[in-house]
Order: sequence, then C-alpha cells, then structure tokens
Amino acid sequence: MHIVDGALAAPVVIGGAVLAAGGVARGLRDLTLEKTPAAGILSASFFVASLIHVPIGPSSVHLILNGLAGLVLGWAAFPALFVGLLLQAVFFGFGGLTVLGVNTLNIALPAVIVHYLCRRGLARGTPRIAALWAGMGGALAIALTALCVGLALALSGEAFLPAARLVFLAHIPVMAVEGLLTAAAVYLAAQVKPDLFTTVQGPQR
Amino acid sequence: MSDILMQDRAGPEGAALDAIDPRARLIGAAGFACVTVACSWLPLLLAALILAIAVMVLSGRAVGPTLRRMAAMDGFIFLLIAMLPFTTPGDPVFTLWGFAASREGIVHSAEILLTANAVVLALLSLAGTLEPAVMGQALHRLGTPERLVHLLLFTIRYIEVLRAEHLRLRRAMKVRGFRPGTSWHTYRSLGYLVGMLLVRAVERSERVLAAMKCRGFSGRMPVLSAFAYGPRDAVFGAGLGAVLIAMIAAEVAHGAF
Repeated sequence: MHIVDGALAAPVVIGGAVLAAGGVARGLRDLTLEKTPAAGILSASFFVASLIHVPIGPSSVHLILNGLAGLVLGWAAFPALFVGLLLQAVFFGFGGLTVLGVNTLNIALPAVIVHYLCRRGLARGTPRIAALWAGMGGALAIALTALCVGLALALSGEAFLPAARLVFLAHIPVMAVEGLLTAAAVYLAAQVKPDLFTTVQGPQR
Repeated sequence: MSDILMQDRAGPEGAALDAIDPRARLIGAAGFACVTVACSWLPLLLAALILAIAVMVLSGRAVGPTLRRMAAMDGFIFLLIAMLPFTTPGDPVFTLWGFAASREGIVHSAEILLTANAVVLALLSLAGTLEPAVMGQALHRLGTPERLVHLLLFTIRYIEVLRAEHLRLRRAMKVRGFRPGTSWHTYRSLGYLVGMLLVRAVERSERVLAAMKCRGFSGRMPVLSAFAYGPRDAVFGAGLGAVLIAMIAAEVAHGAF
C-alpha cells in the first residue's frame, strides 16, 4: 500500500502533497481543544490496529482500517492518518518522505468519502444495520485506496500499468477482511458506546 | 516513552549525531530526500546510498535491525521493481519465459531501488533516532501548525499505552483458547478487538480531557527542551549542504552531456 520515494513522477508527488495539505488543513479546522485528546488517542489506536496481522489462508495481511477511521473521525481522519504515516515513515521506514502527501491522500481521501456515504446509515437504526453500512464502508475504503494507488502509479508512467492492476487484484481479499472487521468493530461499538461516532465529529446535523 | 518507536536504538547515549540540533536533522533529512528524488543518474544515486549508510553509522542506530527494516521495504516494492523491466518498452537485454526485459526498464528499476533505500535510510538515521516527542517539538519550532503538533504529540504519547492494552486483550483471548485462522470466527473476534480498543481509547480520552481541564489547560503546550543552534550544527549544516549542492551540480552536469 505504501508507495516509496523515487517511483512517482514529480507532478504526481507535488499534486498529491498539495491535495493532502488541503485535506489536513480541513481536518484540523474541526479539531478544537476539546476534541484533540480524543482524536490523538484514536489516532494512536488506529496506529496500533495497523500492526495487527490478520490471517488469510497461508498468508497474512496487516490492517489499514481507513474506512473505520473515516466513520469515527470524519475529516479529522486526514490529519490523524497523516500523523500515523509520518510516524511509520520516520521510525519504521515504511513508505518515504517525499511521497508522504500521496500516501496520505491515498488512504485518507477514501476515509472521508466513506464518512459521507455511510454516516447516515450509522446514525440511524440498530447496531445490525450500522454494522452492515460499516462493512460496506470498510470494504469500499480499501477498494478506493487500491484505485488511488493504481492511479498514482498509472499517472507516473504507462510501464506501471500492469503493476497497478496487480495491486488492485491483490487487494480484493483485503477488502473482504477489512469489511468484515469494520462491521464487527462497529457492531460492538454501537452496542457498548454509541457516542464513539460523535466524539470527534460532533452530533449529526 | 514509546518503546515501539524507539526499539532500534543501539545504545542509550553517545552517538555522534545526538549532539546535532533536532531541527537541523529534520531539515537535513528533508533536503536529502528532495535532492535524491530529483536525481536520476545511477552513480550519483549509489553515492547517495553510501552517504546514507555513513549517516546511519554516525547515528547510533543498530545496524542489523535498520537494514532489516530497509529490506522489509524492499519486500513491499519487489513486485513493482521486478515487473518494470518487462513492461517498459526499449532495447531487449534478455528474455525470461518469453518476456523481454528492456535496458530502460532495468535502469528505471535500479533508480527506484537506490532512491527509495537511500531516502529511507537517511530518514531513519537522521529523524528516526530522535526521541519522538522531541521530533514533535522540533516540528513545532519549524512552523508546523499547533493543532497538528498537538495531535502528533498525543498520538506519540498513547501509542505505547494502547499497544499495551492491545496486548492485554490479546492475552485474554489467547487464555480463552483463541487461535487466529482463516475463519468467520477469527475475523469477528479481531473486529470486536479493534472495536473494544476504540471504545477504550475514547473513554481514556474523556479522562485525559477532564484531567487537562482540571489543571487549566489553555491550548498551549510549554516546550520543555530549549533548542539552540551551536557550532556543531553549523558544521553539520555546511557539510550536508555542500554534499547536496555537489549532488545537484553532478546531476545537472551529467544531464548536460
């Protein structure tokens, strides 16, 4: 999922950085003093969750959970996921520095899209219906992320096109797993603590 | 402190880079990344990688784990690197199972491999050896928006706390006989685990906010470490700056011929 330094064309890198900066700025507007601790601790928990390895057949994948991040954080998912990617790059060496903007955009933009598509379904109805919407949102976020990664590669050169297709195919099982996990997580949260989804975003208007 | 973020440090103290101002190290890592990404002449990229290795040696990072991290990143991009020679049109060099590998594609693959490794190595060595909270404060002093810095500092502070919570929940699952596999039960259980982590995170944040309010938090975090540029930072900055300018000059000169 992480794109590394040196792979992308300069216009893609710069465009991604500009768009990501806009998204982060929009997300920070929501983060008042009252909401910063919740957003920060949730951002830390998404960082920890991304270290969980989930078995698929003989192999295993690590979670991204950007759909869930979008459902819980709304626009604040942009700065939260940016912070996670920054820490992963600096301390773990995942991804790179100049591609930080593109990587943030690839992961956070689907989170925000899922937030807008699924928040109504989450706010009304039983935990079961919320879980259904969340499952679709979780799977959709990974699909959109794989598409964005593929698009960033394809825009950088025709030669990347087969690799971009392969990235998308490789993520189909990940979509299923993320969808199931997101649904289960939301099912539990909707029963135990329904205001999880309004702590950072504020109540539905 | 965040153990998981600091686990690759070789020794507690005494590395040559420790004396350099954190801000100078962050600027150095960013400058090195931008220049290296802009270069495309292979010998130059090789020189950049060697420079990054030299910085790693000076930085006090454990060499083995750091190189393992680099190898893990190469694992991520292996597919991309391996496919490029066959998908780039150009002069065929050799054929494998009927597919021709082009010279241009091989050169492009080598470029990406060298750039990615050099940048990550320099980043891990210059910025990754900072104490995470110090990195946040240095970013603040470099003009990062205050809200973003607060978010970063909160995240750094609570990563280790939540990781401990995660491990505690995992231990509880294990005691009850949970063994992960490819099954509906596994995905549901891990989903509940993630959900529980989030619920506990929010409840913790409520307590943290209450404690902050109780102490009259006004929206500013006092900066504990006073940063000051000294002669060492001037030497570091001048040295790295000279190398980067030399790299740009070499790239431009090579492109001119």
